[in-house]
Amino acid sequence: MSWGVVLGAIGFWLAAWALNAWLAQRTPKGAAARRAQRLVVPAIFGLSLLVLWEGITRGANVPTVLLPPPSMIGERFAASTGILWADFKQTFLQAVLIGYALGCGSAFLVAIAIDRSPFLQRGLLPVGNLISALPIIGIAPIMVMWFGFDWPSKAAVVVVMTFFPTLVNTVQGLQAAETMQRDLMHTYAASYWQTLFKLRLPAAAPFIFNALKICSTLALIGAIVAEFFGTPIVGMGFRISTGVGRMDIDLVWAEIAVAAVAGSAFYGVVVLIERAVTFWHPSVRGQRD
Amino acid sequence: MIARALPVATVVATILVLWYLFAVILNAPWERDQAARAGAQITTSQLIANTMAQKRPVLPAPHQVVVEIWNTTALKKITSKRSLVFHGWITLSSTLLGFAIGTVMGVLLAVGIVHNRAMEMSVMPWVVASQTIPILAIAPMIIVVLNAVGLSGLLPKALISAYLSFFPVVVGMVKGLTSPDVLQLDLMRTYGASRRQTLWKLRWPSSVPYLFTSMKVAVAASLVGAIVGELPTGAVAGLGARLLAGSYYGQTIQIWSALFAAAALAATLVALVGLANRIVLRRMGMAR
Amino acid sequence: MKANTIIEAKHLSLTFETNDGPVHALKNVDLTVNAGDFVAFIGPSGCGKTTFLRVIADLEQPTAGSITVNGVSPREARLSRAYGYVFQAAGLYPWRSIAGNVRLPLEIMGYSRAEREERAARTLELVGLTGFEGKFPWQLSGGMQQRASIARALAFDADLLLMDEPFGALDEISRDHLNEQLLALWAKTRKTVCFVTHSIPEAVYLSTRIVVMSPRPGRVTDVIDSPLPSERPLDIRESPEFLEIAARVRDGLRAGHSYDD
Repeated sequence: MSWGVVLGAIGFWLAAWALNAWLAQRTPKGAAARRAQRLVVPAIFGLSLLVLWEGITRGANVPTVLLPPPSMIGERFAASTGILWADFKQTFLQAVLIGYALGCGSAFLVAIAIDRSPFLQRGLLPVGNLISALPIIGIAPIMVMWFGFDWPSKAAVVVVMTFFPTLVNTVQGLQAAETMQRDLMHTYAASYWQTLFKLRLPAAAPFIFNALKICSTLALIGAIVAEFFGTPIVGMGFRISTGVGRMDIDLVWAEIAVAAVAGSAFYGVVVLIERAVTFWHPSVRGQRD
Repeated sequence: MIARALPVATVVATILVLWYLFAVILNAPWERDQAARAGAQITTSQLIANTMAQKRPVLPAPHQVVVEIWNTTALKKITSKRSLVFHGWITLSSTLLGFAIGTVMGVLLAVGIVHNRAMEMSVMPWVVASQTIPILAIAPMIIVVLNAVGLSGLLPKALISAYLSFFPVVVGMVKGLTSPDVLQLDLMRTYGASRRQTLWKLRWPSSVPYLFTSMKVAVAASLVGAIVGELPTGAVAGLGARLLAGSYYGQTIQIWSALFAAAALAATLVALVGLANRIVLRRMGMAR
Repeated sequence: MKANTIIEAKHLSLTFETNDGPVHALKNVDLTVNAGDFVAFIGPSGCGKTTFLRVIADLEQPTAGSITVNGVSPREARLSRAYGYVFQAAGLYPWRSIAGNVRLPLEIMGYSRAEREERAARTLELVGLTGFEGKFPWQLSGGMQQRASIARALAFDADLLLMDEPFGALDEISRDHLNEQLLALWAKTRKTVCFVTHSIPEAVYLSTRIVVMSPRPGRVTDVIDSPLPSERPLDIRESPEFLEIAARVRDGLRAGHSYDD
């Protein structure tokens, strides 16, 4: 038990907090400086947490099977890139991306298909909302039974998880165009499809992207947890559950780090596309702060 | 009222019809296989009847699931290890505990974020970012690690549920506590109101709708957390355990009944939050 | 029906069935609008002026009486793109540039690419927005957005312009400016304009004919042919003739109980 290291780590964390408290009070001039402030403060906080973690686990001699220090995780990460990449390929590139594309894509098409039937919309929307709240993860064993152990069954889980939020949000988005705008299209004697493509779909874009963002997280969670129910000897969920069983905790943490980076990167890409497509929406136009 | 129920009823009825249809279609191959092995011919009506009564069907018919649920709830003692009520209660108790902890911590953190600029700038980005991280993937590890320390049973699962419900509540409450108009905040300043008074009289009431919306998401997430938390402990108790056990032993009907029980639980919890929402808002005079 | 009758309404009525009973939005309206007229419709809320405009545009269906636009039913007129409609709000698509917005009806109606660009440039010049083609609606002031909306309505050369309180949301200074510009535009293009407003000075300033309407039920109480000359500087609004017409409008409104509680 090295008190020096532990107290040093705590001290560092406190100092970082004080620095952040000071930084937060500044009101920098200029947009670039303000953006820098918004990035630096959470970065310092994150870094200080890492230092705290490292210091306490090393200094207090926390058993590594309980909580390994970040440096050890980093080492294990670097040593296992082969395994981590194979897992990433299996889970993310196959189950997640394919399931996400299929699930969101089919929901979008169904939303357009039922667009002309208010009856079907009134029926499907409550059902869709209900299903979105259910623990869909539970269908994983059923999907394994139907589609086998490999990644298609995980992709199937992702499809079901992403389908309903996308359906509900797209239907709501398609109703978002104002009456006045639709009247204008009526005065142009525009056809249904012209109105759909020129007015209603662009107006629905913010809603659709809202769903796409939520579903990006759901997809990754779904694929990983579905693997807890059975998978061939590769995959992020597989590595985590078996690693836990073998007390190979730093490999598990390395895998978690991959999952964290993959999750935030996926979400980040969707946000970038959202910013490009819905550049005109007040929330994107920089009406923050 | 009827106008609203009819479309939903139609959709539900259609789903049931399709379900029966698919049950027949998916279960038929095994039935034909059995008949071929016995060297016997099987009539279509016999085939259809059999597909809906298999012990380990590929897709159980709705009535089979209902019967199984009935058998494991009403017809079993609550203390029996086979009772869905017993397992449901195990899952529900950690869900509720985790939900309570997560909500309280979430509200506290949100209050801190709204009143302290350093907290807002350092912590909030991480809260938002962590929603993109598949926290649920860590569940097995947390369970096993806490078990090794000596914490087992209810608490580790509740902690996972708490973690999952914490984030929607923080994000929603921050939005809610900062939702009052600049106009309203200026008015408070002209009264010389302290920050605590502004919190209690303005920010907190304005955030109630946001709180309930995020609690709906939080309670559903909490349930999922409890279910997944039951997987690593070798599937002993709870609905998640039943799901896993069913998948290990090929007991399809058991899987489906556990799934339905979980779904019913989720729907009930969300509905209860919604009910609480309506009652509170009506008493506050904010009912729409 | 004379050759230059654009709109003819006979005994036109429109009754809405609501939860609180029937609402007579229009009752027995008889009106003729000739080519080149600038007709202002004025009255308080509920007098039916917007409803009448929407019936002309085939956005509402009358429950009794008849109406023809260009000699055919409003529906046929709409399908042959006989009019341009300007709403109370500019209603520009925020995801399209100003030029893109003006091109919207042209895309729908099937004009060629070259024609679309030429017409957009021409109508934007007409409303004084040259140089703003690439800007987005939120980058423009309310008055400029409304001008873009007018350009959009002019783009496909419809001879009839239907305008529903287009300047209602603007401040008085912008309104004066836009009134002048609209009048100049009308003088130049010689279109038939039906203009709904609830501002008495605006109605008298812009129009060749003022239709005074009153509510409950929505009906026409007076039709005033304006003796003002077609060249109208803004300060004609202080002239005795102007004030006389305005007084007559006010009398018409009072007679229709528009000022009652």
